Amino acid sequence: MSDALLKIEHLTRYFDVSKPWLNRVLEREEKQFLTAVADVSFEIKRGETFALVGESGSGKSTIAKMVVGLLGASEGTIEFDGHRMTGTAGAEMRDLRRRFQMIFQDPFASLNPRWRVGDIIAEPIHTFGLLKGADVTNRVGELLDTVGLSAKDAEKFPHEFSGGQRQRIAIARALSSKPEFIVCDEPTSALDVSVQAQILNLMKDLQDEMGLTYLFISHDLSVVRHMANRIGVLYLGRLVEVADGKRLFTDPQHPYTRMLLDAVPDLALSGRRRKPVEGEIPNPINPPPGCAFHPRCPLAMPRCKVEAPHRVDTATGYAACFALETQPA
Amino acid sequence: MTEPLLSVRNLRVEFPTRRGILTAIDDVSFDIMPGEVLGVVGESGAGKSLTGAAIIGLLEPPGRIAGGEILLKGQRIDNLDAEAMRKIRGKRIGMVFQDPLTSLNPLYTVAQQLIETIRTHADISEAEARTRAVALLDRVGIPAAARRIDDYPHHFSGGMRQRVVIALALCAEPELVIADEPTTALDVSVQSQIIDLIKEICAERGAAVMLITHDMGVIAETADRVAVLYAGRLAEIGPVREVITAAEHPYTAGLMGSIPTLTQDNARLVQIPGAMPRLNAIPQGCAFNPRCERAFDRCFKDRPDPIDRGDGRKVACWLYDAAVAAGKEKVNV
Repeated sequence: MSDALLKIEHLTRYFDVSKPWLNRVLEREEKQFLTAVADVSFEIKRGETFALVGESGSGKSTIAKMVVGLLGASEGTIEFDGHRMTGTAGAEMRDLRRRFQMIFQDPFASLNPRWRVGDIIAEPIHTFGLLKGADVTNRVGELLDTVGLSAKDAEKFPHEFSGGQRQRIAIARALSSKPEFIVCDEPTSALDVSVQAQILNLMKDLQDEMGLTYLFISHDLSVVRHMANRIGVLYLGRLVEVADGKRLFTDPQHPYTRMLLDAVPDLALSGRRRKPVEGEIPNPINPPPGCAFHPRCPLAMPRCKVEAPHRVDTATGYAACFALETQPA
Repeated sequence: MTEPLLSVRNLRVEFPTRRGILTAIDDVSFDIMPGEVLGVVGESGAGKSLTGAAIIGLLEPPGRIAGGEILLKGQRIDNLDAEAMRKIRGKRIGMVFQDPLTSLNPLYTVAQQLIETIRTHADISEAEARTRAVALLDRVGIPAAARRIDDYPHHFSGGMRQRVVIALALCAEPELVIADEPTTALDVSVQSQIIDLIKEICAERGAAVMLITHDMGVIAETADRVAVLYAGRLAEIGPVREVITAAEHPYTAGLMGSIPTLTQDNARLVQIPGAMPRLNAIPQGCAFNPRCERAFDRCFKDRPDPIDRGDGRKVACWLYDAAVAAGKEKVNV
């Protein structure tokens, strides 16, 4: 597909969690690695919202950080608009960096408390040398206006704003370098629902106006359903299923996706009987062999314990599960 | 009608500060029947947790109960001295807090903490208490309870720790359990396990539950009745099904519309403009009036009291006042 803006192939990230050298020698222990992201591949098309969902420790944020270059990849490639990000440096990388931005989860930690809001928003403009002098102030005013604050707020400090307003400031900062692609790492999970609705609506409006592409990361399935065109489900750093937004909810393929959907509290009071969820996410340092989900899986077979499943194509994406291979389609 | 297990009457909690008195809970009343699950929802700062803390006598100074009364089976508990309150806390009212890591002592094993609590409230030997503790851990779904009871809290995962906390809250067989955001720190798949557990165990023991949460989904799955708090005031209270499917207070209606669901398709979420007022800037009249689309003259002058709507529903909104309903007062909707 030629219209892919972001293309990720076989992305893997290990973290070295070994004890210090002396302890390893004395206690005769091997080096230990935690695999946060294992062989993840997906594409994001221009103008769409691709969401990654998963529970804590599934590698959502690690992928986000690798995509914007805050973390290096151990293996695999990230391609942004045809440019490989690994190996690119200097002026070319600088130009690429302008084109993607990030919105973080905690609006209390992501804004410098000693900077005025105007300076915070103007920083990317100065960094990339986009505008000079009075134009910067005007642009900051415009941006504040776009996100539903007033141009006068540029003089204030972050502590004068509520959580939702701070997240608006973070969005204005992300927009200031005129990016095409924004990575949103749990942008609303620190907010109350009524404020969350305001921010989600704002993000959708901005996408419509500016043709933005989002990588949207969240643990909240209902938020993801509301925002995303396509969804990837992560489990222990592995992408277990990718499907179109609505399809994932009406016709989940992977047993983990089904379990996750079953676990969401039911606001509609349909009185459906939930299947009880079993077990918890295992330790990522020693993940189960074969398919990482097999100890909790209702469909597990002997094969799942030894072999890692491959992708099986489904109606709108794919899922990695042996049970789907054997089932007649 | 049976006597309510817990009755909160016109509760008022204040925080004196240098710049004047802040009223964090203002004239809140509700009952909890024996065996009932009452959900308490609201956004951050609405006074949910403070209500729980006031009931159990754990308000942090300078916060104080400035008015109203709290009755447990007809006996006033809001004016008890510290010693008498300690006998009720844990014994008759159990508590489950949000963060299972901070509500367990990291320096004691789970066995030590459970046995201490059991022996504080029941006059039994250590061996008996231990047997009871193992049975409890087993009941809350901790595998190999007899072996794991001697582990420290950090040996347990988040979900397992919350199970230990639930065991701790239940070990004196309380009549009421106050669960303050018991699943907020947990992942969804673990959250559903914990909700099911709380529901099951309380039903089994006939304990009533006051479930404090910001998550309407959790309330929908668990509670019998729900109380919606806004800026320290009761906005609406009633049976869960009615409140969720046909909210009457404009705030509850907005709140329900702002939650994305797994079944409905909306291009845009309903949004309530603005944010909840700070405690030092609660407007005159109804606290919700600056954000309310249906506010009219009276909302800016007088504060609405909860109006009885039948079937145990109460709504604090002038739209449901008799004079308005009869069309005597003009409302621009």
